[in-house]
Amino acid sequence: MELCQMSGLELGKKIKAKEVGVVEATKAVLENIEKREQSYHCYVTVCKEEALAQAEAVQKKIDAGALDSPLAGVPAAVKDNMCTKGMQTSCASRMLETFKPIYTATAVQKLQDAGAVILGKTNMDEFAMGSTSETSFFGATKNPWNQDHVPGGSSGGSAAAVAAEEAFYTLGSDTGGSIRQPASYCGITGLKPTYGTVSRYGLIAYASSLDQIGPMAKTVEDVAEIYKIIAGHDKKDSTSVHQPAPSFTLCPDMKGKKIGIPMEFFGEGIEEDVKEAVYHGAKVYESLGAEVEEIKMPAIGYAIPAYYIAACAEASSNLSRYDGIKYGHCATKYDDLVDLYYQSRSEGFGFEVKKRILIGAFVLSSGYYDAYYNKALQVKALIKQSYDDAFAKYDFLLTPTAPTTAPRVGESLKDTLKMYLSDICTVSVNLAGLPGLVVPCGFDKKGLPIGLQLIGKAFGEETLLNAGLAFQTATDFHKKTPVGKEA
Amino acid sequence: MKITDELLDYVGILARLHISEEEREKTKEEISKIIEYMDRLNELDTRQIEAMSHAFPVKNVFREDVVQPSVDREEIILNAANKKEGCFKVPKAVE
Repeated sequence: MELCQMSGLELGKKIKAKEVGVVEATKAVLENIEKREQSYHCYVTVCKEEALAQAEAVQKKIDAGALDSPLAGVPAAVKDNMCTKGMQTSCASRMLETFKPIYTATAVQKLQDAGAVILGKTNMDEFAMGSTSETSFFGATKNPWNQDHVPGGSSGGSAAAVAAEEAFYTLGSDTGGSIRQPASYCGITGLKPTYGTVSRYGLIAYASSLDQIGPMAKTVEDVAEIYKIIAGHDKKDSTSVHQPAPSFTLCPDMKGKKIGIPMEFFGEGIEEDVKEAVYHGAKVYESLGAEVEEIKMPAIGYAIPAYYIAACAEASSNLSRYDGIKYGHCATKYDDLVDLYYQSRSEGFGFEVKKRILIGAFVLSSGYYDAYYNKALQVKALIKQSYDDAFAKYDFLLTPTAPTTAPRVGESLKDTLKMYLSDICTVSVNLAGLPGLVVPCGFDKKGLPIGLQLIGKAFGEETLLNAGLAFQTATDFHKKTPVGKEA
Repeated sequence: MKITDELLDYVGILARLHISEEEREKTKEEISKIIEYMDRLNELDTRQIEAMSHAFPVKNVFREDVVQPSVDREEIILNAANKKEGCFKVPKAVE
């Protein structure tokens, strides 16, 4: 097997056994990046020299017996909305084009402490606002399975980098599906952990009550291992939950498990190929001894409006910090202080970001607050209740990740309401704060990947990862790669 | 509901954003479409439902009021476009 085709844990094992050197692995993946970036544009920044220096340092620590993580020495990349000290962190926006953070996000620091070699920062929709990775100020990322299609978003660069073997694994962030949907579109595995399990310290805020960092990789085992490294309480994030760092051994036994399939996830616009692949997934679970039942969750039909109201409201508040003064884009022509704010913000933000800030300011404005923002929070309570009811009976839920496979480049931004509607399978999970795991479960007629979404109880990551591993063991969709096949 | 020019101007002031003439019609049209879709929530009777801002109970987190090392002053202003004598430099705000 070629080095870059290995999973993170496979490479980690070889590094531990001294069969592969950390510098050698880093050089191999950097070579892939050099070859393929022209086509896919997964990265905003590639830090070649820094990565090679890190690789040497990590190798020394491994040799000295100072690193025991099974992923020590494995090269990875992180989404460009996570702060990395001294390394450009742009959020794919002109606003932060030259921003170099003075500290590192906790999740990234934890990876580095475990011996990860950070290759660079992956491309995304500007400020994580989008479902296609086309709104990046630095240009769109392409889907490695077919360059005429998007990789999904907003963590599109993180997903495409794993699929194109330009990183062994990556971190993404998920506010309304931004890890799970691109994982599905790119045929990889991705986990959106329970809200509060992974520190948001150093994650550039979009909608703070919904944002969560999570792993994206080739296999469930990799995702589980990365999750164990990055999860845990952090006093620097006041919403971080107090609970011990996860330690579990995966045990993919599905006998007697009860799985619900909510019908509302198969509404208008769902492609036949997607539906078939998900139902085939259900059959796989039945063959492994699980009981599968179709259920109804009517509140899910209202998740999209509730989500976009809440997310835009929080975005308008969070993004008010960009004033052109402390950091970020600063206009050169202005009349006075207030005009400096106007000019810097109007020049620094792209169209989609401005639109969401305006919508957020509207739903929070006096006279409309109750009708929109408060109403959305009430509907959020209904959605959470609906999940609580489902989990009283079922161990986890099984759904599509998106109604379709990856859309063609340019198609989604022509009709953004339609693009928002395509988030129907993912946003309710964030509103309820739950974990969601996506594993590859098939391909459509065009050869584009389809992902199966498993939704678990709050803090039920172990159950989800076991279920994901059971599916992965019974199928081989996760072994398919676009490398060498792309037209 | 439809977003009028007046409302768009008002929201622009709240958000400190200029909407250029070229982007004005597109912005109005797209935001109106989205807000109209959001109006669907009115189909639900939520009079008895308490609004939920966080999915799990979130409490204020306190720590002892003791002095701890913080970030260096020089580092804090590192990313500022305009600075002077260790401070952020801004246009005159008070006459």
